[in-house]
Amino acid sequence: MSANTPVIELRNVDKSFGPIDVLHEISLKVRAGEVLCLLGDNGAGKSTLIKTLAGVHAPTRGEILVDGQPITFDGPRDAQDRGIATVHQFGGTYPLMSIGRNFFLGMEPTKGFGPFKVFDRAKANRIAVEEVQKMGITRITDGDRLVGGLSGGERQSLAIARAVYFGARVLILDEPTAALGVKQAAHVLRIVNEAKKRGLAVIFITHQVMHAMTVGDHFAVLIRGAIAADFRKGEKTREEITDLMAGGETMADLEASIEGYMETHEGHPPKVNTAD
Amino acid sequence: MDMISSVLRRPAAASFLSLLGVLIFYVIFGGVDLGKLAGAASWVNYAARIGIVALPVALLMISGEIDISIGAMIPAGAMTTAIIAGHYELPMFVAVIAALAVGVLVGLFNGLLATRTSVPTLIITLGTLVGMQGIVLAGSKLLTGAASVPLTAPDWAKTVFGDFIFGGSHQVVIIWWIILTAVFWFLMHQSKYGNWIFAIGGDKVSAKNAGIPVDRITILLFIGTATSASFVGMCHAILFNSAQVSGGMNDIFNIIVSVVVGGVLLTGGFGSILGVFIGTITFAIVIKGIDFTAIDRNWANLIIGIMLLAAVGMNETFRKKALTAVSKKKKG
Repeated sequence: MSANTPVIELRNVDKSFGPIDVLHEISLKVRAGEVLCLLGDNGAGKSTLIKTLAGVHAPTRGEILVDGQPITFDGPRDAQDRGIATVHQFGGTYPLMSIGRNFFLGMEPTKGFGPFKVFDRAKANRIAVEEVQKMGITRITDGDRLVGGLSGGERQSLAIARAVYFGARVLILDEPTAALGVKQAAHVLRIVNEAKKRGLAVIFITHQVMHAMTVGDHFAVLIRGAIAADFRKGEKTREEITDLMAGGETMADLEASIEGYMETHEGHPPKVNTAD
Repeated sequence: MDMISSVLRRPAAASFLSLLGVLIFYVIFGGVDLGKLAGAASWVNYAARIGIVALPVALLMISGEIDISIGAMIPAGAMTTAIIAGHYELPMFVAVIAALAVGVLVGLFNGLLATRTSVPTLIITLGTLVGMQGIVLAGSKLLTGAASVPLTAPDWAKTVFGDFIFGGSHQVVIIWWIILTAVFWFLMHQSKYGNWIFAIGGDKVSAKNAGIPVDRITILLFIGTATSASFVGMCHAILFNSAQVSGGMNDIFNIIVSVVVGGVLLTGGFGSILGVFIGTITFAIVIKGIDFTAIDRNWANLIIGIMLLAAVGMNETFRKKALTAVSKKKKG
């Protein structure tokens, strides 16, 4: 396994729910220390793709490779055990629980013996605060604070720090900046960069081209469940990407051409050259 | 000032203030003798009876579910004990095991329905509530021909489950209540399982994704509520040497009011065992303590209504405080 082997790769993945085809021949690869930005409008199949990557859905056809080995996930837990962590828009955090308790949920540090194992609050709080601070969020100093009192960006950061601490190798971020203000979003982007620096493979799902441009190495545009464009940093200008995503002329053209192509090619989307 | 606000942020704060409010009200307007009230057994016995059920109900409510079938499970536990030990004259330990087993079975049934279907648990347990009322009434008529069954309990069963302690009129269930409060406090606030229950109430899907066995815990919590209710019924049958079929409708609301006054959030994710303990005491003092005042006891329900609204209002305020709080000692 060379250092260049993608940590996670999809090869011609289709996903159908009964008669409805949601994903068409999706091929993607992400390497360690690389950020793949997945761009697409609502209904483009982003969330189905995320769920497939996270082990929630099994692909109908095609294969998923982790470290070059084809695998089948038994469920989200299995994907997590293989180091694939998903952080959702609201961070999967619990507003009325403390930072320390949120951080260690499901992996609680305990002290004591037998049935008298006690949740080690001091240790949990200390590690949680340390890890979040390492990610550059220095405003969090008290592990007893309730998560509901944190800003959206801080909650995201906490969830990302948690995933990194528990050994995630692939980080799937589902619209982490969608609901955030400019400053908050900057926080999260800084953390995405930090995760990348640590050698994680990051899949960053977003609407905002600016955010994607800031952290992305590699971009894929999803339209109607198929990859409509796949390019590396610097290959397209911001205007071109915005146009692709925001439904400009190019977007309309692409949609029309994909549909036309699929009608004449037995439902196969056009081949897109995968950028490497 | 900082200390006061940090106390107010705790989930138990509202229940403590409710208790204080009720006591002050009883002293000023009822002329109650606090010494006499503290020494009285009536409200402690009552608090123990509802408190033993309120603890697991609190856990269940923190996890975001509710169980109202407890109302039918108290008489179900009592009747099971009386029919087996009294009518059929089988050994008492068989009756004890059977009464608890009925609780486990009904809890399992509720839990399985709650996890396998998307029907709200209020409706599921409403079904088992009414269903169990029917089973208990028809069953006891069928087996014994009566709706009231006498029994005689052996000494060991009396001592453990249904006797008076300290030579007075305090019942032994008080000791059970205190032990169970300690056990539940440990479970909820010291062990990792408490963390899981809070998380389930906070966000079920995320909790599942974090690898928490949500379904198994939900089923166990339902077993906890039904079994504790049949346990209370059993203790009563042993104490009073008889059991009657009854609806138990009052118990449902009394227990839920105690839990809510105790600071548990109805939608789940927030609450504390200490709060529920104090909430139960507060409730019992309002209901039973009114006899020690000059106030007509028919007013008790009005006081409970006011107290419930006041406590919920306070809980709301304090929870907001808790969310925005930054502890000062660690800053700077």
